[in-house]
Amino acid sequence: MTTFADGVLHTHRELDDMLGRRWRKPRFVKRPWLRWVLGLGFLAYLIASYTTVEVNWNRVYEGLERGWKFVIAFASPDFFSRSSDIWDGMVESVIMTVAASVVGIAISIPIGLGAARNIAPLPVYLICRGIVAVSRALQEIIVAILLVAIFGFGPLAGFLTLSFATIGFLSKLLAEDIEAMDKVQAEAVRASGSSWLQWINYGVQPQVMPRLIGLSMYRIDINFRESAILGLVGAGGIGATLNTAFDRYEYDTAAAILILIIVVVMALEYLSGIIRAKVQ
Amino acid sequence: MLRLEKLTKTYKTGDQALKAVDLEVPEGQVMALIGPSGAGKSTLIRCVNRLVEPTGGKAWLGDIELTGLSQGGLRKARRRMGMIFQEYALVERLTVMENVLSGRLGYVGFWRSFIRRFPQSDVDEAFRLLDRVGLLHMADKRADELSGGQRQRVGICRALIQDPALLLVDEPTASLDPKTSRQIMRLIVELCKERALAAIINIHDVALAQMFVQRVIGLELGSIVFDGNPDALTPEVLTQIYGEEDWEATIETVEDEDAEVAAK
Repeated sequence: MTTFADGVLHTHRELDDMLGRRWRKPRFVKRPWLRWVLGLGFLAYLIASYTTVEVNWNRVYEGLERGWKFVIAFASPDFFSRSSDIWDGMVESVIMTVAASVVGIAISIPIGLGAARNIAPLPVYLICRGIVAVSRALQEIIVAILLVAIFGFGPLAGFLTLSFATIGFLSKLLAEDIEAMDKVQAEAVRASGSSWLQWINYGVQPQVMPRLIGLSMYRIDINFRESAILGLVGAGGIGATLNTAFDRYEYDTAAAILILIIVVVMALEYLSGIIRAKVQ
Repeated sequence: MLRLEKLTKTYKTGDQALKAVDLEVPEGQVMALIGPSGAGKSTLIRCVNRLVEPTGGKAWLGDIELTGLSQGGLRKARRRMGMIFQEYALVERLTVMENVLSGRLGYVGFWRSFIRRFPQSDVDEAFRLLDRVGLLHMADKRADELSGGQRQRVGICRALIQDPALLLVDEPTASLDPKTSRQIMRLIVELCKERALAAIINIHDVALAQMFVQRVIGLELGSIVFDGNPDALTPEVLTQIYGEEDWEATIETVEDEDAEVAAK
């Protein structure tokens, strides 16, 4: 041992200490007492919150029967006795969806560019992030209630609501995709002496296009489903028809409407799958 | 042709990547820039075309002073400096032809480039360049379908179609196998000779640099510590640039390889 040089001897000693010692992955919360307090505290909170939820079992028993009727109605959906109402509602919903999606996506693209920190200057970034934040903070139903109050009942309020909601959704996700792009590909385009617009068109757009198309398809899907909800607050579309059907206790007609909504959403889902596979 | 005067870059973190670098590259000279990782090689060439903004000093391309240019002036100046990148930096979802033609963006208006209607002379030149590097039949393939060596050759076409006076080349062979690396280096050097282009080539591989260039600059911690003929790279010089290591093997290999190349 003494024949070893100083440095070598030293490293051997450190290793000797380590050999035979147990190894565990370092804990996320290092202090044991804090780890236990956090864990037990969460468990206690969970138990406390479950016990505060009251369940009226008699009411549930009565409701089960009503629910069952509703479920049974799906076995015999009635597409025909209100067919013209359903058709009008559907057409209105589709128009609302398409119009709102086109307008929303068109506005989302410049805002999405502005909300990406790696390509927008700070003032533009802050403004665009602000718009995104406002749009995301206000839930569709709340916006719809406000817009129905301003523009009256009907699909105009629904169209505006969906456009507004699309902006928050799409701009944010587009901006995040732009922020995650490969910087060097864009840099190479800039190095050729391109203008800003050319840089976006050649260096940025090809990188984010598949995601933009995928998100747009997804948003069209969401907008259609939302259009069914917005009818409940008077903003037009198939939701208004559905609401009327519920009010009249016409569960078979309501079931027919729900089935149609499901079919349309599934068709959109299938379509977007095909399109996304094409553009990747 | 390119002249750097006390070019300095200090990053926001306080790291001095370039310490008042003075350098002159005459017309038509192909020059290698060697040095350890973090020596400032990449920063140096990016400060020339201002993908990275230098914090001090001046850079002259011919009689144009680059560091003081406005956005418009900078765009015009960038057209005269073609850049070739490490890992190719092709826009992967664009076709080979779109990638090559993107080298003309500084010359054509937005609308023409947006609808992909480039002047016929540009399109012809793109075909000529692709033919020169042996990729004419790949013109409509997407860039991400190509192999590494093929991608780098497209990158070379993109730089050359700019009709540059200077090539800035950043680790062109970093992700290529040894044979392809040599082919790419040979191609770059040949094309520079054909077109009387000057080039600054950042490169890790000392042996490869020695095989192909006329002049080597050694950069260490943001300062030039060697400037001379490739033959003058002795073990002492390499120790000064990279630190202590057994350099005899590196240099000997180079001589062997040179002989081998000469034999062909």
